[in-house]
Amino acid sequence: MGGKRKKGESEGMEGDNDSKNNNKKMKQKSEMLPSSIKNKEKRSAVHAKLKHQKKLEKRKKLKARDASEKRALELGEEPAPKQIPRTIENTREADETVCMPDDEELFVGNDADEFSSILKRDRIPKILITTCRFNSTRGPAFIAELLSVIPNAHYYKRGTYDLKKIVEYANNKEFTSIIVVHTNRREPDALLIIGLPDGPTAHFKLSSLVLRKDIKNHGNPTGHMPELVLNNFTTRLGHRIGRLIQALFPQDPNFRGRRVVTFHNQRDFIFFRHHRYIFETKESKQSDSKGKKAKDAKGDSIAKEKVVARLQECGPRFTLKLVSLQHGTFDTKGGEYEWVHKPEMDTSRRRFFL
Amino acid sequence: MQHDEVIWQVIRHKHCSFMSKISTGIFCRNPYNVTGICNRSSCPLANSRYATIRDHDGVFYLYMKTIERAHKPNDLWERVKLPRNYEKALEVIDKHLMYWPKLLVHKIKQRLTKMTQMRIRMRKLALKTREKIMTTPRKEKKREARREEKAEKAAVLDKTIEKELLARLENGIYDGIYNLPFNKFIETLDTDELQAEDENEEESEVEYVEGNFELEEEDDIEDMGMKNYHISNDEVADDDDDEEVNAVEVRRRSKSEKDEPGKRLKKKPRIHVEVEHEDGAEMQKATF
Repeated sequence: MGGKRKKGESEGMEGDNDSKNNNKKMKQKSEMLPSSIKNKEKRSAVHAKLKHQKKLEKRKKLKARDASEKRALELGEEPAPKQIPRTIENTREADETVCMPDDEELFVGNDADEFSSILKRDRIPKILITTCRFNSTRGPAFIAELLSVIPNAHYYKRGTYDLKKIVEYANNKEFTSIIVVHTNRREPDALLIIGLPDGPTAHFKLSSLVLRKDIKNHGNPTGHMPELVLNNFTTRLGHRIGRLIQALFPQDPNFRGRRVVTFHNQRDFIFFRHHRYIFETKESKQSDSKGKKAKDAKGDSIAKEKVVARLQECGPRFTLKLVSLQHGTFDTKGGEYEWVHKPEMDTSRRRFFL
Repeated sequence: MQHDEVIWQVIRHKHCSFMSKISTGIFCRNPYNVTGICNRSSCPLANSRYATIRDHDGVFYLYMKTIERAHKPNDLWERVKLPRNYEKALEVIDKHLMYWPKLLVHKIKQRLTKMTQMRIRMRKLALKTREKIMTTPRKEKKREARREEKAEKAAVLDKTIEKELLARLENGIYDGIYNLPFNKFIETLDTDELQAEDENEEESEVEYVEGNFELEEEDDIEDMGMKNYHISNDEVADDDDDEEVNAVEVRRRSKSEKDEPGKRLKKKPRIHVEVEHEDGAEMQKATF
């Protein structure tokens, strides 16, 4: 209940902001500001009084709004349109690189980029997974689960090889991507995805990793090719990251497996989830089982049925956040960066890049 | 002017700014010291005849000083560049320090070995890529964690995934594969059973007594269903067999049915009983 009321209040506040501001001004003129009172006891008393008044006003406004809505319903009129709550998503700072669905330039760019050969099924994705130099506990467990998620992925021990040497090796063996799992304090904390032979290198921060065995009621994935859900990759950069991720998975999902891998971008955090799903028909509330039987007897099967998807989570759950995107393969010294996250980018919480 | 003994007395017993006394011993910080240890023989200040090796950006130089130049600190040290090759460097040392005390020469050669090894190691390390150790700013980490948590709540992941899957279903991506047809299949089975139920009521009792052979029973039920169709005349044919069968055939069957179970009877005697019941069912229908 409390939650609901809170929501209502916030909605109410937006609409009536102007009148309230006027009230406030009036009050400020008539009364003294509580902060200007020197005596603490007096000050707190005045403050409490003000606060109480505010609360009362708010409640009154809410009631008035509800009443007007009810009246409108009774009279058969259209009630005032419900106010849409402001969220960070719909007040996002405008980004001129947000892709439009009819962006010719984008499509041409897509055809020319590094992943097009994989996404057009000219090449079959083949993934090399390796670790950082020092790797233990959760790292291997995480990699084992990654192997079960990504088809045609192979784990190679890191040894003491340079990453550049590994890139060279993978190129010779015709791998299409390299994933490096970086662990810190026995906890995977970063992911490096390198496209081969000349694809970009994306460095992600990895956080809130939950392994399969720690998920309640988890399922076990089958060996079918999973299908991919990439949500909310809107900007140019996001699009590119989306394609980078897409190129890790085979482009011919086996729908029989009913296995879905999701990369959902929300506020620049990429949430990874891995589910099994099933579609079920669910009767809506009006049609009872009796009614259904009657219908069946009639021979008509116009049931009021709704198709619902049910999910069962399996496989790891983690969150990625892009740190940098580098043009070309891994090269920290001479590499050319397409995008790097800088601290001054964090100054607004409504500015997103993916 | 140059009194080594006096200088040493001062250094050792009064004060020397290069001396560093630590728990493992007394060492010397003077860059000209051959061994790095503070003692009489390897003190560069208290020895008027002294030699050492110094490193200038990877190039080794042999430094020598003699008492003749002690009054000119400007060119006190005579410097000779040592060749890069270790053997040749040793030869150069031997040539320049031919008449010097053997102990000093030995120390210098030891220093040369050490420094060559160090140079090799340094070059190897420089070629190697090393992991860069980064700081983890606590403030940023906490902020990210907070925002991540909120973003996850805003994402409503399960709902969005379900929605996406349903959208795909509607777009027909799963056509012909999906498990919805399976439900339809069950539905059709249900309808068949419902139609068959009318007659099953009596038979079920018998089944409790007799039936173990599920396969056989299923066949029977199908037969029943078929019959039902034909008697109720021209219902939409769902069963696979039905399309071929005509009303004429049915009659022929109903006559010949007693023969067919007879054939079955030879295989498994049990079925005999069931056939009788089918007859009973027919009787029922007649009464209907």
